[in-house]
Amino acid sequence: MAEPSELSRYIESYVDSSSTPAQQAASLDSVGCLVKSDSLTLEVLVRELQMYLTTTDNVIRARGILLLGEVLKRIESKPLGSANIHTLVVFFKDRLADWRALRGALIGCLALIRRKSVVGMVTGTDAKAIVQSFLEYVQVQSLGQYDRKLSLELLDCLLERYSDVLASLGEELIYGICEAVDVEKDPECLMLIFHIIETVGKLYLDPSGPNTNFVEEIFDILEAYFPIHFTHPVGDDAHVQRDDLSRALMAAFSSTPLFEPYLVPLLLEKLSSSLHSAKIDSLRYLRACSSKYGAERIAKYVRAMWPLIKDIISTYLEDPDFSFTLAPLNGFGPSKNELVIEALSLLQQLILQNSNLLVSLIIDDEDVNFCIKTTASYEKYNNIPVQEKKKLHCVGCILHVMAKTSLSFCNEVFQNHFSRIMDNVVSVGNLDNPQNGEVFPSERVKFGLLYLCIELLEGYRKLFSVSEQYVLEHETCCTELHRFSTPLFNAFCSVLALSNEICPLDPEIYVGVKGLQILAMFCSDVFPVPMLIFEDILKKLMSIIIEDSNKMTLWEAALKALFHIGSFVQKFDESEKAMSYKILVVEKAAELLSINDINLPLSLKVKALSEIGMTGKINMLTVLQGLTGVVFANVSDVCASRNSRSFETAVQLLECYSCKLLPWIHENGCSEEFIEQFAVDIWAHAGNCMDFCAPFEEKGLLDALMKVMKVSVASCSVDSQNTIILKAYTVLLSHTNFQLNKVERMPLSPGQYDISDRDEWILSLFASAIIAVCPKTRIPNIRVLLDLFMIMHLRGIVPAAQALGSIINKLASKSSSAESSSDLTLEEALDIIFCTKLWFSTSDMLQRTGANGSAMVITDLCLGGANDRLLQINAVCGLSWIGKGLLMCGQEKIKDIAMIFIGCLKTEEQPLDPLVMKCAADAFHVLMSDSDVCLNKKFHAIIRPLYKQRFFSSMMPVFQQLITNSHPSFSRSFLYRAMAHIISDTPLIVILNDANKLIPVLLDCMSILTEDVQDKDILYGLLLLLSGILTNKNGTEAVTENAHIIINCLTRLVDYPNKTLVRETAIQCLLAMSELPHSRIYPMRTQVLRSISKALDDKKRSVRGEAIRCRRAWLVT
Amino acid sequence: MTLGLINANPVVHEKKERISRSEDPHPTDDAVDPLDIYDFVRDIRDPEHPYSLEQLSVLSEESITVDDKLGRILITFTPTVQHCSMATVIGLCLRVKLKHFFPPHYKVDIKVSPGSHADEVSVNKQLNDKERVAAALENPNLRELVEECLSSNEL
Repeated sequence: MAEPSELSRYIESYVDSSSTPAQQAASLDSVGCLVKSDSLTLEVLVRELQMYLTTTDNVIRARGILLLGEVLKRIESKPLGSANIHTLVVFFKDRLADWRALRGALIGCLALIRRKSVVGMVTGTDAKAIVQSFLEYVQVQSLGQYDRKLSLELLDCLLERYSDVLASLGEELIYGICEAVDVEKDPECLMLIFHIIETVGKLYLDPSGPNTNFVEEIFDILEAYFPIHFTHPVGDDAHVQRDDLSRALMAAFSSTPLFEPYLVPLLLEKLSSSLHSAKIDSLRYLRACSSKYGAERIAKYVRAMWPLIKDIISTYLEDPDFSFTLAPLNGFGPSKNELVIEALSLLQQLILQNSNLLVSLIIDDEDVNFCIKTTASYEKYNNIPVQEKKKLHCVGCILHVMAKTSLSFCNEVFQNHFSRIMDNVVSVGNLDNPQNGEVFPSERVKFGLLYLCIELLEGYRKLFSVSEQYVLEHETCCTELHRFSTPLFNAFCSVLALSNEICPLDPEIYVGVKGLQILAMFCSDVFPVPMLIFEDILKKLMSIIIEDSNKMTLWEAALKALFHIGSFVQKFDESEKAMSYKILVVEKAAELLSINDINLPLSLKVKALSEIGMTGKINMLTVLQGLTGVVFANVSDVCASRNSRSFETAVQLLECYSCKLLPWIHENGCSEEFIEQFAVDIWAHAGNCMDFCAPFEEKGLLDALMKVMKVSVASCSVDSQNTIILKAYTVLLSHTNFQLNKVERMPLSPGQYDISDRDEWILSLFASAIIAVCPKTRIPNIRVLLDLFMIMHLRGIVPAAQALGSIINKLASKSSSAESSSDLTLEEALDIIFCTKLWFSTSDMLQRTGANGSAMVITDLCLGGANDRLLQINAVCGLSWIGKGLLMCGQEKIKDIAMIFIGCLKTEEQPLDPLVMKCAADAFHVLMSDSDVCLNKKFHAIIRPLYKQRFFSSMMPVFQQLITNSHPSFSRSFLYRAMAHIISDTPLIVILNDANKLIPVLLDCMSILTEDVQDKDILYGLLLLLSGILTNKNGTEAVTENAHIIINCLTRLVDYPNKTLVRETAIQCLLAMSELPHSRIYPMRTQVLRSISKALDDKKRSVRGEAIRCRRAWLVT
Repeated sequence: MTLGLINANPVVHEKKERISRSEDPHPTDDAVDPLDIYDFVRDIRDPEHPYSLEQLSVLSEESITVDDKLGRILITFTPTVQHCSMATVIGLCLRVKLKHFFPPHYKVDIKVSPGSHADEVSVNKQLNDKERVAAALENPNLRELVEECLSSNEL
């Protein structure tokens, strides 16, 4: 039990008007907690509060009642006995009469009413008593905003939960509500009011009910708010927005059909208002009301509505967009104008309800008929006057919506009008003698009518695709359409023929291709377009693909149409159509590749093939099979005869396979069988090809093959990868001169192998497969392969080094070897790489073992032990890839490797070859940069988070020390170069932490890199980093400190001749510098202005522009 | 002593969109052209009104000619009214701005367009006389006015 003194202290503090709001809230919380935790019963609280609840001091009484109300609000979910509730209801109900203490009473009532039945709720009679008391005493409109809101909430809640009890109050209740809600202006209260009226409308305003005499009164109250005019700014903290209000008002209006005689005329009137929001709202309300009020009540307004809707559509509809690529499936693309969208959906709603009435309205409509008649005389889109075009489009839209919604409309139109339209489209003579493929003389085809046909057909098609309840075969529209399918096909073809004659006109192509596409895309079970026509359409489109490659718009449109037809056929599982699609389109497209005498560029063939393949898995498979055949035929051809044309074909097809088709296969979840098979086939062909001929001389083909191999292997599962690798390994064994079993003999002697070019190609291909495997894939005879790659990379074959890096990266170290399927641990592999002695002769490297040869490990080679420059460079370059593999998986060994590179850079005794030093410096670029060739996420590399940061922070101290100790000779410049690589690939945020120390180094790097033209890209990278530091607020301090040297460096770069971007960025950096504290930069002002004035005369415009901006900024400092 | 505005109700035209040249990142012809200069001076404020020279149609792209080989720039501007005494101030603004932000090897000629000013010859002479320009810029009031006009620039 709480101490009574404690309780009274809380109460006192809450009631006391001199305590702060925070104190009051805290004491209220404390009391609430006491009651909630049962340490204080309500009885005790009320007894304690007695004096406060009944005192004659208005302020104290109000606070006291408020406290009780607030406490009740806090215990809404705490069970209370019915007696207690009753007592509380009686108390609060009476207090509603006390206008000075009203807020507490309202909160208390609200809290009681909101209680759920499981915790004890207010009984019906009590609720009724509250309402009566409320209606009698509370003058809502004379209260403040918050109290009004509370009152309305109470009313709303009562109506929601006790509607059945309250019904007996009848007129009294409705009258009271009307009084309470009149002339409200606050948005939050309005939301409540609209909801209250919605409830009232639903419950009490039954058309047959007794309260109908209030309808007009309530409507008068609501009417004033339409359309909602809301001036609060959007970012206001009020939670209510205009749209919320508008929706709530709409719900109120549509709550009862009794509003109809008042509302609909109002809405129709506002529809022709000039206010945009009034129009939109009217359309929305009309739609909502039509669906709520029912067809009968709305029917009498339809005649009045129709011209208004038509007017809005024709006024606000944008010009049609005839580009085929944008909206291939949705008619002319849904209009973007809000008004048009709303008008069309209202129209659709009306059609659903009063279909016959509207159908006759539209069919007899003068405008529509006039439009059909006038446009009949125009053959080409461009001949139609602008006004007519607009009308045409408007009618098209309306017909589309109608056909989409109503079957009876379709029947009617096709029965009575379609033949008329068709007669006008083409001459009657042709109709009697319809022959496929016959093209009408082009001047007889009327564009406007065909356009209407498309809109009709498209709508009609949609009607069928969404509704399955119709049995359509015997419907008039069906038979009519069936009858006309041939003339339609011919008409569309002749529109295309027309477009062939003149320059490619978009609208004509659109209508023709689109028409063919729609005809082909009717489901065969609802509207059996004859198979013959379907096939003709496919043939026609394919003939465009084959013959019309010089008209790109037409060609692309046809390809798109074929794509959509194909996807449709696949999606709806129409086996018969799928079959003919496969024969007529897919196989034909695949054949195209091997036909050389047609006038279709290879790139377009490939494009067509890939698009068509992407229509479905089965088609993709056909395409892939075709592609495989052609690829291998061409590859063999290249090997046999060095045919440059075959070479080009093979490379392009391989590109297409790796860049377009493989990702699609991967995304669409096709089985990877094919990918696996393709990779294995490549190996088989590679083996065969290279057996009898010298390998392809052009490197492009090998690169393409390697890319395909990598991507294929990477996208396979471990099992398939195992198969591919095994196949590759057998090819490697059987088709090369490597004697793999002999390799194991130590020490290794590269000269033992006579490595031909052919072996080199095969090994590169093999390396590319190894690069892409998962860590779990088994690599056979891995020890020997490591040796082999070691030797190959010393010969300068980079893929071999990359493969070594990948293998090392994916090997598990000893501790976790349990999960590894490989029989080699990381430690062993490193041992092989770093401890294997390589034999070579000094005179003739890697060719044969000589007596004067010596053996040494790779680290010695890097440091120049062999005294052979090329060998050393190859060793350094290869080691950098191995190092990258180690670095990414976070091995400690990387430090040793880095030290080897550094060893190459610092020359204490005799200077090393500059080329070797440069190579060693660039090795850091390999280590730090992201490569897309190997060792990335796509190729399953193990990447440890933050590896760059770690490497950066471990290397920086070493470099800084080295640089200070080194002689100011060229060795320092290489150290700076290496450092530049590390810095520019490190994330900016790490650099910022250490900016003060790094900026001088960075600037030194930059000034050294300006000397050589080839270093312009590294220089640019560093400059970007510097600009990052300058613009980041964490770097400001360091920049201010080093302002002088930064400006010195930047002013030198302002006229850097080799890269425009460097100049531009340097000037931008200077601009950023001008924002530093005035006292710091003022001394440099003259220097900057002088150097900038040189840039004002730069030969690049962009640089001049930056210079002007920069000079302006510095002039005012 | 204020005599009132010389042209109290000038016709204000819309600002035109700046033509973006970013479409071609490596334009082949990067020589200075009239648009460069126009972009650069169009935002100079009129000495009398809070509008730019572009908005008042005092300047247009066509009124500027550049000969990059000879290094000559000719700007012809049209004062809003014939007897505009501000013509010399506008000319001075143009000259000062070009002097600050354009390479010094260009010879800049500034003229009022033929027939647009009552005292055309003397204005032209005044604007292209080095001594008089220098002297004008030593006048603190004039200098302040010029700088005010230049400072409202958007660039």
